[in-house]
Amino acid sequence: MNDMRKIEPDVTKTAAKITAREVNVHYGDTHAIKNVDVDIADKTVTAFIGPSGCGKSTFLRCLNRMNDTIDICRVAGRIELDGRDINHKSVDPVQLRAQVGMVFQKPNPFPKSIYDNIAYGPRIHGLAHSKTDLDEIVEKSLRRGAIWNEVKDRLNQPGTGLSGGQQQRLCIARAIATEPEVLLMDEPCSALDPIATAQVEELIDELRQTYSVVIVTHSMQQAARVSQKTAFFHLGSLVEFNDTDQIFTNPQDGRTESYITGKIG
Amino acid sequence: MINRLAAKAIRDNGIKMHSMISYHGMFSALLILVPVLTLILLWLVFKGPVTDSIIMNGLPDLALVGRDVGGVQLVLAEIKSVASGRIFGTPEPWKIDAAGRFLEISNTADRLLIGVVAALALVLLLFARSRVSHDFRARQGVEGIVSGLMILCSTIAVFTTIGIVVSLTYETIRFLDAVPLSEFLFGTNWEPQIPLREDQIAAEGAFGWLPVFLGTLVITVIALLVAVPVGLFSAIYLNEFAPKKMRSFVKPMLEILAGVPTIVYGFFAILVVAPAMRSFGQSIGLDVAPNTALAAGGVMGVMLIPFISSFADDALSAVPQSLRDGALALGATRGEMMTTVLFPAALPGIVGGVLLAVSRAIGETMIVVMAAGLIAKMTINPLDSVTTVTVQIVTLLIGDTSFDNPKTLAAFALGMMLFLVTLMINIFALRVVRKYREAYD
Repeated sequence: MNDMRKIEPDVTKTAAKITAREVNVHYGDTHAIKNVDVDIADKTVTAFIGPSGCGKSTFLRCLNRMNDTIDICRVAGRIELDGRDINHKSVDPVQLRAQVGMVFQKPNPFPKSIYDNIAYGPRIHGLAHSKTDLDEIVEKSLRRGAIWNEVKDRLNQPGTGLSGGQQQRLCIARAIATEPEVLLMDEPCSALDPIATAQVEELIDELRQTYSVVIVTHSMQQAARVSQKTAFFHLGSLVEFNDTDQIFTNPQDGRTESYITGKIG
Repeated sequence: MINRLAAKAIRDNGIKMHSMISYHGMFSALLILVPVLTLILLWLVFKGPVTDSIIMNGLPDLALVGRDVGGVQLVLAEIKSVASGRIFGTPEPWKIDAAGRFLEISNTADRLLIGVVAALALVLLLFARSRVSHDFRARQGVEGIVSGLMILCSTIAVFTTIGIVVSLTYETIRFLDAVPLSEFLFGTNWEPQIPLREDQIAAEGAFGWLPVFLGTLVITVIALLVAVPVGLFSAIYLNEFAPKKMRSFVKPMLEILAGVPTIVYGFFAILVVAPAMRSFGQSIGLDVAPNTALAAGGVMGVMLIPFISSFADDALSAVPQSLRDGALALGATRGEMMTTVLFPAALPGIVGGVLLAVSRAIGETMIVVMAAGLIAKMTINPLDSVTTVTVQIVTLLIGDTSFDNPKTLAAFALGMMLFLVTLMINIFALRVVRKYREAYD
């Protein structure tokens, strides 16, 4: 079962964007992630599933070093982005996070205008050289976030005034605006209603054209719908990692089968 | 009251009560305690005046002939001191008589009070007992009484405020009878030392409040120039950058700073800071007054640091973690996150702290009484000696004063202006905050 990762993905032939080897995470005395090895392919949606508290979000946060912001969290192991160790001293976590964007469980637009929300990343990274540049980036990001038509007439109104689903798409657009290579999504739909969820899922599918997307989800249907690869986590270990249809139709591990059929979790 | 509880316990053998048993107990307790305590309070308030007037009416007619109000008060005081056993000299027999009657009346009054209270309590107890039944809505009763008490408490503050404003206004109007409004508002001279009695020799007196207010302004500005940056940066550092150990050490220290009495700051200012400034000024060839606005304002600024830093710290901590994560995940540094996301979101709380500090600075008395000067000068030179509104109020009211001349009344007028200025600053700042705040749900 621990050789699952060696199965060559059928869906994409591209090389791994992110390679994680023997990743261990400790929160104080709690051993949250145990020896996880994963390859995230480029231009693919990879889903992390598993019961609550199994470490999928923690692992996701390792990929852009968001765990650095938690004092008691220690990360060990090797994680490479395009062959470069992201935990190496020479890597600036600030730049890494510009390359590896993140969308959170709860929509968290800044209490600023819609325009300023999108322009935030480009501004702090100096991506725009003029006002027109910035306008273009904002429009492009909002279009790709599939929210342009709903907000184009009120770019100066606060982003917090949008509905939950719109806020989440705004946050996705905000993450796209910094031109990341990988987009991490931590249960992006858990606070949304079914219609907004469908919109976000559609968006994720489109984003796959350009980005490598990693999504943590509680919903197995969602994992089945949007992802090409699925990883099943249980109690901090990676139990099984394979093509999504393999996981759902022909799980190799007993725990995976119990989980997807609803017996554990 | 407890028996209500018991009664209820029996009662709910079988029958379903509308209210919980404890509500019945509480209802009877409140029903009895509230009127009884009110009665005792009123009785104590009115006992004095009522006995006094009985005594005075009972005095022989000739005893009070030819005495003015003060004289009558004096007689009354004498009677009371005789009654409490302190006899000076040989009082007239009618005074001893009156004293005897005074003791008698006040004893009767006390006994009467106990009787009335007991009777009232008993009546209420029986009444409360009779209300106990399975469908009596004791909970609603209790909630009604409690909410009435809460309304009473909250209106006490309101009425006090109204009372203060009214009395200030009244005295200010009296002051303005003696001194024209235009002179008070626009005069640039403040020399309130006018003769109190015919035989005193003093200046004519001038009541222009501008130099005094300017002094307050200078000191407040200096204090804020010290307190706002220091307080704000320490809050930002403690909130976002400081390691845990540092934070757990510095925060209590700041709170200790907030607990230092202002008089301690006062002598710190005059005994340490002012001389140090003076000698430093001399060494670089500057003439520094012994009581400088800079010393008073600077020390006041130190006093205000904990206000601003604890308000700003609370406001920053209240910004949701998700906004921090959002900014960091976009590749913001901690500094960028602070200036672009946290600070705007926390702005209302921070401004609230600064406002409170401004009010404190304007109203602060002890430090400036000790460290600032007494002479009103039209100057904004921080190295000069200035005086403040509060210092002037203190000097106007201490010592030998009577309450019907412009000198004393000027204190009320200054107080009124202080009140108006603080009020305007508050209103203005609230507007600014409402306009620029970035509300997170």
